[in-house]
Amino acid sequence: MTLTNYLVLAAILFTVGAVGVLVRRNAIVVFMCIELMLNSVNLTLVTFARATGTLDGQVIAFFVMVVAAAEVVVGLAIIMSIYRTRRSASVDDANLLKY
Amino acid sequence: MSDFPWLLAMVVLPAVGGAAVAALPKGRDAVAKQATLGVSLAVLVLAVLATVAFDTGGDRFQLTTAVDWIPAFGVQFALGVDGIALVMLLLIGVLVPVVVVASWKDTGPGGRPMKAYFAWLLVLESMMVGVFAATDVFLFYVFFEAMLVPMYFIIGSFGGPRRQFAAMKFFLYSLLGGLVMLASVIGLYVVSNSQIGEGTFAFDALRQLDIDPGVQKLLFLGFFVAFAIKAPLVPFHTWLPDSGAEAPIGGAVLLVGVLDKVGTFGFIRYCLPLFPDASRTFAPWILGLAVAGILYGALLAIGQSDIKRLVTYTSIAHFGFIALGIFAFTLEGGSGAVLYMVNHGISTGILFLVVGMVISRGGSRRIADYGGIAKKAPLLAGVFLVAGLASLALPGTNSFVSEFLVLIGSFPARPVFTVVATVGIVLAALYVLLLIQRSVHGPVRGLVESQPFPDLRRRELAVVAPLVALIIGLGVYPQPLLDLIDPAVSATMVDVGSDPAGTQPVHQPATAEQGAN
Amino acid sequence: MNPVPATGLLSLSWLLIALPLAGAAVLLLGGRRTDRWGHLLAITTVTASFVLAVLSTVTLAGLDERSVGVDLFTFISTGQLDVSAGLLVDPLSMTFALLITGVGALIHVYSVGYMAHDPARRRFFAYLNLFVAAMLLLVLGNSFVALYVGWEGVGLASYLLIAFWYTRPAAATAAKKAFIMNRVGDVGLALAIFIMFTQLGTTSYAGVLGSVGLLAGGTVTAIGLLLLLGACGKSGQFPLQAWLPDAMEGPTPVSALIHAATMVTAGVYLIARSAPVFDAAPAAQTVVVVIGAVTIMIGAIAGCAYDDIKKVLAWSTVSQIGYMFLAVGLGPIGYAAGIAHLLTHGFFKAGLFLGAGSVMHGMGDRTDMRRFGGLATKMKTTFVTFGLGYLALIGFPFLSGYWTKDAIIEAAFDRGGVSGWVLGGVAVLGAGLTAFYMTRLMLMTFFGKPRWEDGVHPHESPAVMTLPMVVLAVGSVAAGFVLVQVAPLADWLAPVFGEPEEAAAHVVPPLVVSVLVTVVVAAGALVAWLAVGRRPVPTTAPAQVSFPVRAARNALYADAVNEAVFMRPGMRLTRAAVLVDDRGVDGLVTGIGTGLGSSSTRLGRAQTGFVRSYALGMLGGAVLVAGALLAVTAG
Repeated sequence: MTLTNYLVLAAILFTVGAVGVLVRRNAIVVFMCIELMLNSVNLTLVTFARATGTLDGQVIAFFVMVVAAAEVVVGLAIIMSIYRTRRSASVDDANLLKY
Repeated sequence: MSDFPWLLAMVVLPAVGGAAVAALPKGRDAVAKQATLGVSLAVLVLAVLATVAFDTGGDRFQLTTAVDWIPAFGVQFALGVDGIALVMLLLIGVLVPVVVVASWKDTGPGGRPMKAYFAWLLVLESMMVGVFAATDVFLFYVFFEAMLVPMYFIIGSFGGPRRQFAAMKFFLYSLLGGLVMLASVIGLYVVSNSQIGEGTFAFDALRQLDIDPGVQKLLFLGFFVAFAIKAPLVPFHTWLPDSGAEAPIGGAVLLVGVLDKVGTFGFIRYCLPLFPDASRTFAPWILGLAVAGILYGALLAIGQSDIKRLVTYTSIAHFGFIALGIFAFTLEGGSGAVLYMVNHGISTGILFLVVGMVISRGGSRRIADYGGIAKKAPLLAGVFLVAGLASLALPGTNSFVSEFLVLIGSFPARPVFTVVATVGIVLAALYVLLLIQRSVHGPVRGLVESQPFPDLRRRELAVVAPLVALIIGLGVYPQPLLDLIDPAVSATMVDVGSDPAGTQPVHQPATAEQGAN
Repeated sequence: MNPVPATGLLSLSWLLIALPLAGAAVLLLGGRRTDRWGHLLAITTVTASFVLAVLSTVTLAGLDERSVGVDLFTFISTGQLDVSAGLLVDPLSMTFALLITGVGALIHVYSVGYMAHDPARRRFFAYLNLFVAAMLLLVLGNSFVALYVGWEGVGLASYLLIAFWYTRPAAATAAKKAFIMNRVGDVGLALAIFIMFTQLGTTSYAGVLGSVGLLAGGTVTAIGLLLLLGACGKSGQFPLQAWLPDAMEGPTPVSALIHAATMVTAGVYLIARSAPVFDAAPAAQTVVVVIGAVTIMIGAIAGCAYDDIKKVLAWSTVSQIGYMFLAVGLGPIGYAAGIAHLLTHGFFKAGLFLGAGSVMHGMGDRTDMRRFGGLATKMKTTFVTFGLGYLALIGFPFLSGYWTKDAIIEAAFDRGGVSGWVLGGVAVLGAGLTAFYMTRLMLMTFFGKPRWEDGVHPHESPAVMTLPMVVLAVGSVAAGFVLVQVAPLADWLAPVFGEPEEAAAHVVPPLVVSVLVTVVVAAGALVAWLAVGRRPVPTTAPAQVSFPVRAARNALYADAVNEAVFMRPGMRLTRAAVLVDDRGVDGLVTGIGTGLGSSSTRLGRAQTGFVRSYALGMLGGAVLVAGALLAVTAG
């Protein structure tokens, strides 16, 4: 097993996530795509930690998970309240914060 | 008696008074006015006592108070006055109570309660005292900028129809200059740090620095821009007509009468002593601006149709005279310029107040709406005329002495600029007399006919009487003020490398001694 | 040259100025409370000043050293500039003080009657008192600065009095015009003072006039010409003559006191006082005589064509002051002659103006001579006093004008050379024209058939008005003889101008000059009789007239020139400046402000509110940063 395989997988996952964020309208899907990107980064971190034999990368991966969990809590709550008021989970409908 | 911190008291008292007035419950406008008047009169008394305590033959800075403020940067809360600052404090002391009484019956736009206006007036007074009394350059900068805040609210909340625009323009324009100055203030700190080992903002220490000419020019320009905007010199003047015209009358008096003097005060207090070489290098250009301002301001005043804008443009011409006197680098011109600063505060102050009384009767700022005021309100017309004559520097009024000193003091050093400036006295007569002819003389017409237009009331008489007395008094016997001013200007002439004894004549007439005494 | 300190009565000379000044202050500050007795106070103060002036003059005459200084207080002292408020009492200043207070007191008395029905009479007397005080300061001051203060002070009083009936637009305009044109002259005076200070470090008469010798020739000439500019403004001399006839909008006593007898002669005083400067600057002197000669002709020509009685007298004043300028411009031989003519002119011109005022009083304030006529029988006292003034003015033998004007004409011829002949010729011609227009005025006003408008009932004025006229008429008759023959003014003024010089040999013998002038004057009067005395005068001015008459009616187009060269371009310049300031200078400032504002509004459009476009932006940014990092590490 070489480092490259893990990194390529992480890159593919990240790209899938990024494209998903950009092209999908449903807020839940966008959210899941963001999680995908975070996890691809986690994969990269763990991979390099393994390669260099240090713990730093794994520690940071845990931090990312914690932050992601917190973010999901806040984000889903926002999405829920938007859905309740607008009867829609499309991110394009929530565009009040503009110029 | 000289141990008492007069200056600190003059800064703190109105600030505390302003806070107290602001804290009064709603609907207590009457108490607010009385308290404001009381505090401003107390400041006047303090200013007079400080003058008594001041020794004209003593140190350059007296009545000093210094407290460490930000020790890490060598910033001190240091106050002290020389003769120049002292006469400005006296001017503040006189003008603020006058303005308070003049604003007694004013109503805010849309029935806004006037309590806040009086509170801001007191805060402004505190800031103005501070800016003239500061002997620490950083402290000066702080007061210089903080002064904008009360004036912003005075114009923006209590002014005319376009008050918000005018207040914004005033604030941004002044702030721009202030920030450029901040760069120079920091530059001074850096230079002091490298020359005397520790950074300082103390004026006396900075004055003794030997700054490289190239650096001097840059630092000079930083200060100059701020002061040229504040004064204002052409072409940095266009905020003044807007602010002066939109400000409430009391605010306009303090704006043009005192606030703008910080600019010319800055020239003579900071630009000349701190950057003597740069001052000499740039002097011809600045004199050019000054003389251009005299003629240009006067021409514009002639062409105005709005009374208040007219008065502000006359001030632009007057500021040209002050700058001429300062940058001629002669004792006579410099003393004349400082005296001019005081006299202009009085003469433009009364002109604004009278114009305000006219506007409050007619309700319009257009000159064309008035005519024949003399017939219906002879006393008001008489005071209007006195104010106008003071503005055109008629002998016998205070302005004559200062204008004459500026011109006669500048002539030996800068004959060409002075000759051109002297033409300005014809234009001054023109704008004043045109205004008088159109609004005071002629048949009764326009708003003078359609409105009741009563003559001066008792309160209004109390407003103008002290100023008229000062106009005549200082016009006949200006020497006490000159005695205060002279030593300070003479010290400045030493800093800038001119003869501190004044301009020596080309020939020494044998009989001059007896002839002159 | 230095004055000796004053003692005794002369140290009270400041009271001369202080009394009328106090009168003015009381009347102005006292308000309506002083309405009833205000005019009496005004007369009292001026009369007291006159008495004091007489006593001072007598005291002065008894001194050996007739140049006395009175120091009052330090006015301005800073650096090398030291201006003391002080007075100089010498024969020249006391001569003027006597004229000012004497004629001033008479005119105050006259005004009681003339202004009796004016509701603002108190204000009138206050201004008159103010004028007397300022004028006395002008002549008594011991330095050019004191002179300047009085100089502008009388300008103010003149402004206030011309605009006394301020509700008339013409009066308001005339007052402003007078002040502005005077200010143009004042610039010259101010600049002269600046040069004196720069060169000599002093502005006092003693310091400056005693040290003229130190100055370079060009400097002296410059000072002389600048002083002359000031003198021209105040005295209505070419090219600043246009304000004086307009000043007739003021009440007639004002015209008599300020615009005939005293203030307008201040220019002559200035030149005479600065005699050492002009003596050292022949070029400046030449300009003075040329201006005097030109103004003699301008005034005389314009005087021939006007129909307004006061304006004719005003142009006559312009012309007569031209004589005085001519005299003082001639140097030592002319100073005393010029001052003498100034004094006699003060008498007869003040008398003529008071007479004109009396006529107007009787004719319901009308001034058009074409609607006068035949008043000699209706207003006998006025006719006689006016007639005596008239004879004195045209130089009728042995009356005042004959003595003093002939002296000037003689001095002009004595200048010698071509210029002497030209100047003398102009002066003689001027005398002829004077005779013409004054005879025309007399004939149109007092003789011929009445051409009164309906409802006008001419009547003699009250005694309070005629009495001053009688006194002045006596002066008009006798003053010249006294000043030239009995107690020569030249001797009295010797401490100031030096002992009078007799021209070594007259170019033209005095007797010939006298005869010549008398013949020319007679001819002028005869022509006037042929023109208006022999045939009826039309009640409206003929419209079809030759070019010279049209030019004269327009005062040789001085106003038109002022308007075309200064006023209209000035107004255009003003409008242009306002435009430049609003659009250009302020446009730039507000342009920067609005430019910043609108560009940030435009940038704000990028905030669409679509989350996904923000995400794309972030991605693009991240890719860019990553790319840059790669490029840096790889490169």
